Amino acid sequence: MQKKFSSDRYDPLGSDRDALSRRHFIKGVIAAGTVAGAAGLMTSCSDGSDNSEGAPAAGSVERLVSINVNGNVRRVDVMPNETLAQTLRNKLSLTGTKLGCDRGSCGACTVMIDGVTQNSCSVLTHTVRDASVVTVEGVGGANGEIHPVQQAMIEELAPQCGYCTPGQVVSGVALLQRNPNPTREEVRQALAGNLCRCGAYNNYVNAIVKAAGSA
Amino acid sequence: MAFNLIGKDFTPHDVRPKVLGTGKYTEDFRKEGMCYMKMLLCPMPSANVTSFDASEALAMPGVLGILTADDVPAVEEPSYPMLTNKPRQLGMPIAAIAAETESIAADALEKIKVAYEPQPFVLDPLESLYPGGTNALESGNVTGGGEGPIHTVKWTARDFAEAGDEKLPMGAAPVEWNVGDVETAFAEAALIIDEPFVTASSTHQAMEPRSVLSYWENGKCYIHGSSQSQSWMMPGLARMMDVSLDNLVYIAEYCGGGFGAKASPYAVQGMTAFMAKKINRPVMLRVTRAEEYHLGGTRPGFQGQIKMGFDQTGKMTAADLYIVQSGGPNRGSGDYSAAAGAVALVYTPTNMRFRGAAVVTNKPWHVSQRGPGQNQIACIIEPLLDRAAKELGIDRIAIRDLNAPDADVIFTDRESTVTSMYLKDAFQMGSELFNWEEKKKLSGQRNGTKVIGVGVGSAYHSAGSNGFDGLISIRPDGKLYVHSGVGNLGTYSYAGTSRAAAEVLGCSWENTVVLNGDSRHGLPWTLAQFGSNSTFTNTRTNYAAGNKAKEMLQNLAAQEFGGAAEDYDVADEKVFAKADSAKAMTFAEAAQKAIELGGEWDGHEYPDNLNDVTKAAMSTVQGVGLVAAAKDEMPKEGSVPGMATGYCMIELDTETGKFEILEYHSVADCGTVMHPKGLEQQLRGGAVMGIGEAVLDRMVYDPQNGLCATVGLYQTKPPTILDVPSLMEMSAVNKPDPQNPFGVKGVGEPAMGCAASALLSAISDATGTYFNRTPVDPDMIINALAGQPQSFKPLQVNV
Repeated sequence: MQKKFSSDRYDPLGSDRDALSRRHFIKGVIAAGTVAGAAGLMTSCSDGSDNSEGAPAAGSVERLVSINVNGNVRRVDVMPNETLAQTLRNKLSLTGTKLGCDRGSCGACTVMIDGVTQNSCSVLTHTVRDASVVTVEGVGGANGEIHPVQQAMIEELAPQCGYCTPGQVVSGVALLQRNPNPTREEVRQALAGNLCRCGAYNNYVNAIVKAAGSA
Repeated sequence: MAFNLIGKDFTPHDVRPKVLGTGKYTEDFRKEGMCYMKMLLCPMPSANVTSFDASEALAMPGVLGILTADDVPAVEEPSYPMLTNKPRQLGMPIAAIAAETESIAADALEKIKVAYEPQPFVLDPLESLYPGGTNALESGNVTGGGEGPIHTVKWTARDFAEAGDEKLPMGAAPVEWNVGDVETAFAEAALIIDEPFVTASSTHQAMEPRSVLSYWENGKCYIHGSSQSQSWMMPGLARMMDVSLDNLVYIAEYCGGGFGAKASPYAVQGMTAFMAKKINRPVMLRVTRAEEYHLGGTRPGFQGQIKMGFDQTGKMTAADLYIVQSGGPNRGSGDYSAAAGAVALVYTPTNMRFRGAAVVTNKPWHVSQRGPGQNQIACIIEPLLDRAAKELGIDRIAIRDLNAPDADVIFTDRESTVTSMYLKDAFQMGSELFNWEEKKKLSGQRNGTKVIGVGVGSAYHSAGSNGFDGLISIRPDGKLYVHSGVGNLGTYSYAGTSRAAAEVLGCSWENTVVLNGDSRHGLPWTLAQFGSNSTFTNTRTNYAAGNKAKEMLQNLAAQEFGGAAEDYDVADEKVFAKADSAKAMTFAEAAQKAIELGGEWDGHEYPDNLNDVTKAAMSTVQGVGLVAAAKDEMPKEGSVPGMATGYCMIELDTETGKFEILEYHSVADCGTVMHPKGLEQQLRGGAVMGIGEAVLDRMVYDPQNGLCATVGLYQTKPPTILDVPSLMEMSAVNKPDPQNPFGVKGVGEPAMGCAASALLSAISDATGTYFNRTPVDPDMIINALAGQPQSFKPLQVNV
């Protein structure tokens, strides 16, 4: 379902596409055989270890899948109703992806799926088995180099509290991949789904424009 | 005075982990054996729990335990309970369940059989003040804000009848002060403006919810928290958990925003630690976004009346302010008093009366938010100053400049003074940088359906404190370690203020290590990271500790090489004889020597005037090298005023009520600039939050059932990048505060208020309407432009 989107970001003035995404996500949860209650959207496993003490709830039987994360194929047990954010954070120890709302509103959990930015809190892990996922930990490449966007954000002292920063980084990197020389306005549009309560927006734009110039 | 480090940019050590995603926030930690906790929250605004049966929940496989009000310390109203059977707020926690997984914990909550007896509730403070109106708490309806006992205040029906819908009823005031004689001044005034106003309660909405991880090991309580503050959390949490300071470990290296709501210990931290103790397992509480709206703090709203008198020149000769403050079911903050103080200082009315009532309601926990009181009142007064200027035919910056204080100002009934004041300089600089004279000619210019508005605003916050402790160590690796008890809210002041110690010792930043965010480092006592105070407060503490270390190094060298201490100087990571640089000891050698000498040299002995938190830290630090701990005992007289001014130009569409901010400038009076990039961040970030306060942020309640309609980011949306200008310009007066050794003072909070008020000023300029309310939304603008009444009455709240 991610591939339906042609743009990096939903258009905040006409958010139909995002609503569609959320609707598809919830339909996916229901189709996965779980009750579409709040409990179905929660963290169910701390570290991928066997939770034999707890009887599996309906729809929570895990299945081994392979997903390509940051260039590596990772084999991981996922529940049908498990979100990509949960898998990344709780099973693959990729805690750079943050959860700010867990409802597709804030953008702190932004990752790239086949080069397209997505809120990983609103993507079911089993839907990305054939896709390539890039998180903040992987934007610099396989050898852990720092991406020019990240370097520029350090130089510009872009983050404040830093909680939204991984999402801003991923959105910025995704933009430069598809548009190596964006205008300030294009950068703003690309970051429109990443909320920053500290209000460091200007600094993030400055950094991404600077990175584009140096990339 | 030129400094090596103060006033220069640098890269704080936590920036890189933030952009790499490796910085660990509370939810990113894992602990062997960790389980999850979920809370049962009250589904109505006020209730008594009449029966509670968790047996079915506890019998579920994977459920580890339950915590109820019986398991935690009871508190008396109006303190906020950790868990309660008498919830006085929608979303107040009643019980918590721990389970192997979060899903099981959530499922178990559903199995609890609980019966509630709904209680009368109140959401509008004026309804509570009405004769026979509901008290939100059994103990009363009015607190003294930060002071005084809770009690009951009812006004007379006549108070309300006389006021009607267009004016604030003004019954007997629980809090009142007077300077001069307002009535006589009004009688002589050339212009009187008398308006009711409302500022909406709004929520902090930090990006990171207040999640907690807690566990106990060998009698020690470990808490990972999301907090603005570090050392400030220690005494409160130790009391909450009934452990000594030595037996509390508090870890908060990263905090995803707080804005006032994570300044001091809060209930869910204790709840998680009590559960961890009860079931003897590490417990993770992931607070959800929706829960944040109930537990995450709300800025108190105001209903008020402001009457201002001006003479022909525009001088404010009288101000009569009445504020009814809306709080939650807790003591709340002193926003209303702070607002009165701000009016007294920023506009220096010759005569002033303040009356106020802090009313408790059955809405969420209310707590200070960035610029508590000062920023709400700036949003109301600044546009009305524009109106006064217009009616008197005076320039809008000129009227502000005329009423602005000088450094010798004396304000409020307490006859308060300030440490420095350059607000007039800020107006002058701002008007030049923004090109006010040219910009104001564009005011009212039309382009199709669009019209230009130009605005100016200012704000104040008392931004500095004193009397806290500094602690540094010089270690055998030759480096200077600055132990910072400041929290990491994202302002980088924990690092910026640490540079003060390096500055005093002539130590390079490369050889300076800042220790922060984990009490196991041994961190000294300091104030919470709130109130824009860290910059002023902790440059002083680190100055004190740096000077002490310098003196110790000089004495050590004199012992080693002979002569007197003053024959030696300290720089470049060594102490050396001024006359003979061959007589020198490196930091590494001095540290080694201090360890050999022990006692007062390596922290085994220390001054008795240190706070208990610092003393507890000394047990960790002693013996690591040369250890210098010192209390800031330098004199300080008066309030430390952080001042900021904002200038803004908008283009407003008269058909849709939407507008775009074309330009925004801010000029701060924050003393000497400590960290230029950090200052830019605060001024820009404050502006973004101010834009939210002016036109977006609010909490909305259903008056019939008391339910909250704003429990998602999309329901009370913070500004996105598209709501703010692409470029915002920043400057500072950059003149020193004489009561800080480096001349610095804070400015984070007024950075928000000046932007909020400048934007509202611009909206009023474009529309010719003074809304006397925040937030101003497009509906209100369209109604005003169409000459239609607004959809609510002037003093109506929760809309």
